[in-house]
Amino acid sequence: MSLKDYPLLSDWLTLKDGRLYVRTGKVDIGQRISTALVGIVRQELTLPSDAIEVETVRTDRSPDEGMTSGSNSIEQSGYALRLAAATLRKAATNMALARIGGRPEDLRLEDGAFQAPGSNLPLSILDLAVEVDFRQPVDESAPLMPQTDGVGFPMRGLTELVRGTYRFLHDLDVPNMLHARVPRPPHARAWLEDVDTKTVEALESSGIKVIRDGSFLAVAGPREWPVIRAAQRLSGACRWNVTESLPEGDVFNLLTRENATRLAVIDGSPRTDAPVPEPLRVVDVCARYERPFTMHGALGPSAAMAVWDGTKLEITSHSQGIYILRESIAESLDLAPENVVISYMPGSGCYGHNGADDAAYEAALLAMVLQGSPVLLKWTRDDEHAWEPYGPASAVELSAKLGTDGRLAAFSAEAIGGTFRGRPRSGPDRAGPAKLLANHYREASVGPQPGAPNMNRQGGLHRNLNPIYDIPETRFVKSLVTQMPLRTSALRCLGAALNVFGIESFIDEIAQLSGQDAFDYRRFHLTDPRALSLLDRLEAALSRHPKAEGCGRGIAYGQYKNAMTRVAVAVDLTVNDAAEIKLQTAWIAADAGRIVDRDGLIAQLEGGFLQAASWALHEAVTWDRDGVTSRDWDSYRVLRFPEVPAIHTDLIERPGDPSVGAGEASPGPTLAAIANAVYDATGLRMRRLPFTPDALTAAALAT
Amino acid sequence: MSLTLRINGEDCVIASDPETPLLFVLRDELKLKGAKLGCGLEQCGACAVLVDGEATLSCVAPAATFEGREIVTVEGVADIAEGRRVQDAFVAANAAQCGYCTSGLVVAATALALVGRPVSREEAKAALEPHLCRCGAHPRVLEAVEIATSTP
Repeated sequence: MSLKDYPLLSDWLTLKDGRLYVRTGKVDIGQRISTALVGIVRQELTLPSDAIEVETVRTDRSPDEGMTSGSNSIEQSGYALRLAAATLRKAATNMALARIGGRPEDLRLEDGAFQAPGSNLPLSILDLAVEVDFRQPVDESAPLMPQTDGVGFPMRGLTELVRGTYRFLHDLDVPNMLHARVPRPPHARAWLEDVDTKTVEALESSGIKVIRDGSFLAVAGPREWPVIRAAQRLSGACRWNVTESLPEGDVFNLLTRENATRLAVIDGSPRTDAPVPEPLRVVDVCARYERPFTMHGALGPSAAMAVWDGTKLEITSHSQGIYILRESIAESLDLAPENVVISYMPGSGCYGHNGADDAAYEAALLAMVLQGSPVLLKWTRDDEHAWEPYGPASAVELSAKLGTDGRLAAFSAEAIGGTFRGRPRSGPDRAGPAKLLANHYREASVGPQPGAPNMNRQGGLHRNLNPIYDIPETRFVKSLVTQMPLRTSALRCLGAALNVFGIESFIDEIAQLSGQDAFDYRRFHLTDPRALSLLDRLEAALSRHPKAEGCGRGIAYGQYKNAMTRVAVAVDLTVNDAAEIKLQTAWIAADAGRIVDRDGLIAQLEGGFLQAASWALHEAVTWDRDGVTSRDWDSYRVLRFPEVPAIHTDLIERPGDPSVGAGEASPGPTLAAIANAVYDATGLRMRRLPFTPDALTAAALAT
Repeated sequence: MSLTLRINGEDCVIASDPETPLLFVLRDELKLKGAKLGCGLEQCGACAVLVDGEATLSCVAPAATFEGREIVTVEGVADIAEGRRVQDAFVAANAAQCGYCTSGLVVAATALALVGRPVSREEAKAALEPHLCRCGAHPRVLEAVEIATSTP
């Protein structure tokens, strides 16, 4: 897909000052993709990694590879870059032969240089590359180098990080720059009635600029702390119309078939041309699993810089999708898309669509008013917690009919939830601008629009809705609830987190009911040899670590999108007298095909485990009629160091199989393994995230 | 009456209002961008600096309260032998993902290394409790602390 739109060698690789620059549309969002991409190119060309740089991703220059999401970057950008590098090697080989003669098979490429037998004159591939025509198409049949599993890829930027010299977007500091903050309404349905003019005058006389457009309000000034204070003062001087309030009540009561647009899901895809299938006629077991609104909770609040010179708007953003963002900002501001340029600069890890895009638009709004001044706008912690688009509250309802042998004879899954589609993707009726937060508050406001269901295969709510197991009769339904109390968008894994949590808990429940071993019961329904060998490896690892006294142990298995990385997880945990879950030890066994960046792969799997552990133990957005109440790290708890278990990660090498994405593969199985271990420890089936002490206590009292 | 702070071994005359939290003096006035703004509430640890050898959060306490203290930011950590060991250990253990928490953790780990004896994993976990990492790099960070505090 990437290569089809960008077929030339120069679309992917360029030469500048004796170094090779990698061009990619995929951005580093904390997942270390640039380390892996450099590694791929480096192996094709045998270059040292310091000979390769990654060009800043910019909408006016880089290949538009769409979103950096869905664990697709290795398969898309990685594939294109590997072929581009192979094309360059082939061209350089021909050039070397033209110079020194001989046959291609006599040339040896080592450390970035060709060596011919009997010659002690190495020919550097980068020197030869100067004469290569980079406008030639990438040759999809260029021979590929055998690639090893990338042991010891140095992580790009790490040395600068530990020295404090690495620059995040938040660290930008340029001449004439103004810092900016946005005083926000108490909640999403409040409107600005008026602002005390005396306060505004006092701020302005102290050198602070106050900008108002409808209910969108901002302050800007040359020093950051006075701007923060000004925003606080201005907040206190606002009168908000709060006639409307946030809908209160149990969000899970909204997640019903009656409230939803329902679609049949066939072979992983929602279908409008097929009737919603009838429920199973006979049901032996059924259960519903639920997940609350969940934050991305980036450690660094969203930020952006923008500058407007009267013609061109230049934005620096840490958005996962700078191309669609550019379209929507251009449309919002009535600018030609080519007059809006967005460059990517890293923020903190984002785990999906957080406030980055909204911050970019807000910075743009200010830049248009403050022509000529670069505006660095940062969200506060409170902004991020209260205003980012959350992962939606959702539920998955499972039911099964068992055969006489105890196997699954028929299976039904219905995912019911809010949308994961909140990205500012342009479309009819100003769909793009409508997704940018500040547009709801401007004088010429664009109201929110109910999202259309994601119809992609393995897309939003229905990602991993179909179990990986062989079951004779199945039925799948996606039920999108559009009237939800809070704004939502894409969060790591989309529906796969809840669906795998549900399915893998359900399988465990059924195995338990029928008195079968958790490993064996899964094996009954699997024929995929790679899945079976992962389960065998995990079982063998566990057999060497007998469960400690008082521990509960749970396992789970999943394959992301039923096509990408396979992951089996086991967890040992205890539950103390205060009903707190203490994770003791975790095992992860994974198969991601050919391994590109071994250490990066382990980091993604373990990082996914720990983020899911945080979801399982703590995370839930809370709100009342007056606004979101989980507005900091105390009221929205997340996993901290003392709660981190020992993790043993075992990678199965598949050098002959394609590399598949792994960034979202471990969370689903992790959630289920924890739930299954809680059951093993306490006899309590926890079917709603998070498993807080209150939730465990309530479950115990209900039995 | 101007405020003078000792930062990374140098006396710095501060022009900002002394009530400004130390973090903003470091980042905005002195252009030391290593310490990060994560919450402004002393809840996440991204802004940690060493104050008289102890990991201290800088995002709330006014700069004036640090007068007469020895402040070392992540940029100055390499001037301490233990700090260099911590930095090397973080690199050896690939102890970061997005890296936004890294400078705070390097500072906290340096404070641990300054104790001058091997630190158990449980002690390290307790000491790093004020620091959030959302990417899940915790195991590597703990490994880095182990490396840095076990080798003399």
